[in-house]
Amino acid sequence: MIVLLRQTLVALLVLPSLAAGWEFRGETGLEGRYFTQASPYEAADYSTNSSLYLKGEVFHEWNNRDDQFIFIPYARVDENDSERTHADIRELSWIHVGSGWESRVGIRKVFWGVTEGRHLVDIINQTDLVDQVDGEEKLGQPMLNLSTVRDWGIVDLFVLPGFRERTYAGEEGRPRTPLPVSDHARYESGAEDKRVDVAFRYQQYFNNGLELALSHFSGTSREPLLLPEALSPQQLQSLLLTGSLPAGSDPELVPLYNVIDQTGLELQYLNNGWLWKLEAITRSGQGDRFTALDGGFEYTQVGVLDSAADLGWLLEYLWEDRDALLASPFQDDVLLATRFTFNDVASTEILAGVIYDLENDEKAINLESSRRFGNNLKASLEARFYTDTAKPLSASELYLSALQGRAENPGLSPVSRSDFIQAEVVYYF
Amino acid sequence: MKVRLLLAGLALACAVPVLHAQTPEEKGLEIAREADRRGEGFGDFQADMRMVLITQRGDTSERELRVSTLEGTGEEGDKSLTIFDTPRDVRGTALLTYSYKTGDDDQWLYLPALRRVKTIASRNKSGPFMGSEFSFEDMRGQEVEKYTYKYLRDEPCSELTCFVMERYPTDENSGYTKQIAWIDQKEYRTWKVEYYDRKESHLKTLTMSDFARYQDKFWQPGKMAMVNHQTGKATDLFWSNYRYDTGLSEADFNQNSLKRAR
Repeated sequence: MIVLLRQTLVALLVLPSLAAGWEFRGETGLEGRYFTQASPYEAADYSTNSSLYLKGEVFHEWNNRDDQFIFIPYARVDENDSERTHADIRELSWIHVGSGWESRVGIRKVFWGVTEGRHLVDIINQTDLVDQVDGEEKLGQPMLNLSTVRDWGIVDLFVLPGFRERTYAGEEGRPRTPLPVSDHARYESGAEDKRVDVAFRYQQYFNNGLELALSHFSGTSREPLLLPEALSPQQLQSLLLTGSLPAGSDPELVPLYNVIDQTGLELQYLNNGWLWKLEAITRSGQGDRFTALDGGFEYTQVGVLDSAADLGWLLEYLWEDRDALLASPFQDDVLLATRFTFNDVASTEILAGVIYDLENDEKAINLESSRRFGNNLKASLEARFYTDTAKPLSASELYLSALQGRAENPGLSPVSRSDFIQAEVVYYF
Repeated sequence: MKVRLLLAGLALACAVPVLHAQTPEEKGLEIAREADRRGEGFGDFQADMRMVLITQRGDTSERELRVSTLEGTGEEGDKSLTIFDTPRDVRGTALLTYSYKTGDDDQWLYLPALRRVKTIASRNKSGPFMGSEFSFEDMRGQEVEKYTYKYLRDEPCSELTCFVMERYPTDENSGYTKQIAWIDQKEYRTWKVEYYDRKESHLKTLTMSDFARYQDKFWQPGKMAMVNHQTGKATDLFWSNYRYDTGLSEADFNQNSLKRAR
């Protein structure tokens, strides 16, 4: 593996000499995970996993920097989960800058939002969930984006041709869904994944510390509903008579992508070192219209303990009023996080966060620390723990509860029994 | 108003023949105003910076970054964009700063991996910039209003004569109680600054050298060496590739340009 890595690196390092005026760079990361619990799923019953990713970047600019081209290919190989072994074009786009406006055409990534607990407003790109369980990794989205800068704010218009399905861990993945997610997604739109979606966003910065953004998205929801697939009469009969599905039944969850309208608000107010944040959305088209929000503050104590270190605090409240049947795990939750920044040469950081579900009394705990070695290497240690004790439902139990119309807050059950400790080394070239 | 981000610190001034009994405070302020006046009218500039961090044992590590600055007009402060090239893990990270004569600056950090712009909430003035011996306030613009002054004496500095004066930060979040600056009487360049921490003990000394003149007018140091007397660590800044009148405008200092900073 190391030899292969080195050859790849050498190949990439030689390339620049072949093409002057073009920049080539990239990063590669090797990740190892140790799972502290036995998996409830036979196919995923292993305690260690390793994975490697490679991300390249080709960049070119011309016309006195008014035109830019960028290409970012991405690939990951995973030891156990064949779904996590995947490749994607994160970006392949051309930016043209005019006077007071710019156009961005191609596959791109766009981020909207201000909070940390949940990225409610962020909707342009699909989440590459199989890649990172925190949902921060995104798939490239084809788009035409026109942006204009005026005294009264920045307006962005988006036309989004083509839809990307969310990625999920496979049967052998950890953490994974209670049933594997089917590759055959269903769409509300007749155009299926060819529907052309649209979005706009307005943002303004006021020099009294207030920042505001309003956005609207009309198109296929990035977040699907995961529905247990329909049972055959034989399976149903067996379930009703014996309480369990016949042996050999391997039902899946089928993603259903509705057409939705979602309006989003982002507010941020900075005053005396306190950064107040709010994200709120209202969405229609996926069950009843619902509202969700995430709001709180961030504050940093500088030079703690008479040192150069900073101690940052983050407190957010997450809420939504969605039908219990369709609810996310974040109906009534609190996020508390603290970050210790050493401000040293190695940029050492330690971060600890907990999301506490006020309804179910469950906690998701996240610990992260990272530092740099030399000029090109960064290492991180991470641990994720989930305190729910519920055993995930078996396929039969899942169908029975659905048949009985029991609607419960799903809590953290999809990730239960998958606590892990992770070490990652990333090399930048 | 000029706020030469990342450079400044440096200039202070006087001029004006002293006619009658001028208090040391008045004379100090006059020196600061004259140095400030001589730095005005630059319009815009760009420069490259290499930062060498030196430990007590003499181990070194480097950071490279590029700076673009647009001079504010009227009551507006300067705007600046800093792009980090190394270390590699922060490559492409960009910092947009709107500075103000009084009060805290507005700052946004662009994180390229997340394609996300974050507002910087921290009022961190005394903390280290990129793990170096320069603090954030050392790297910021040194507007006249950010200090009160007191002239001490004249003193020879190399072949020149320097004003020696004390300045006291007006910002309560400053990491310093006092600075002593050596400013030459000919061109009002700052050659040396001694920094005193909150306990009023001598914390650091900054020495500037390799001055060059740009646009027949603006003096900039090629090297800035900061030594921390309390930790034994040091940081050298090397400036190069100074360019003035590069055609920068307001359009180069907004959130859209921050997101495509390279």
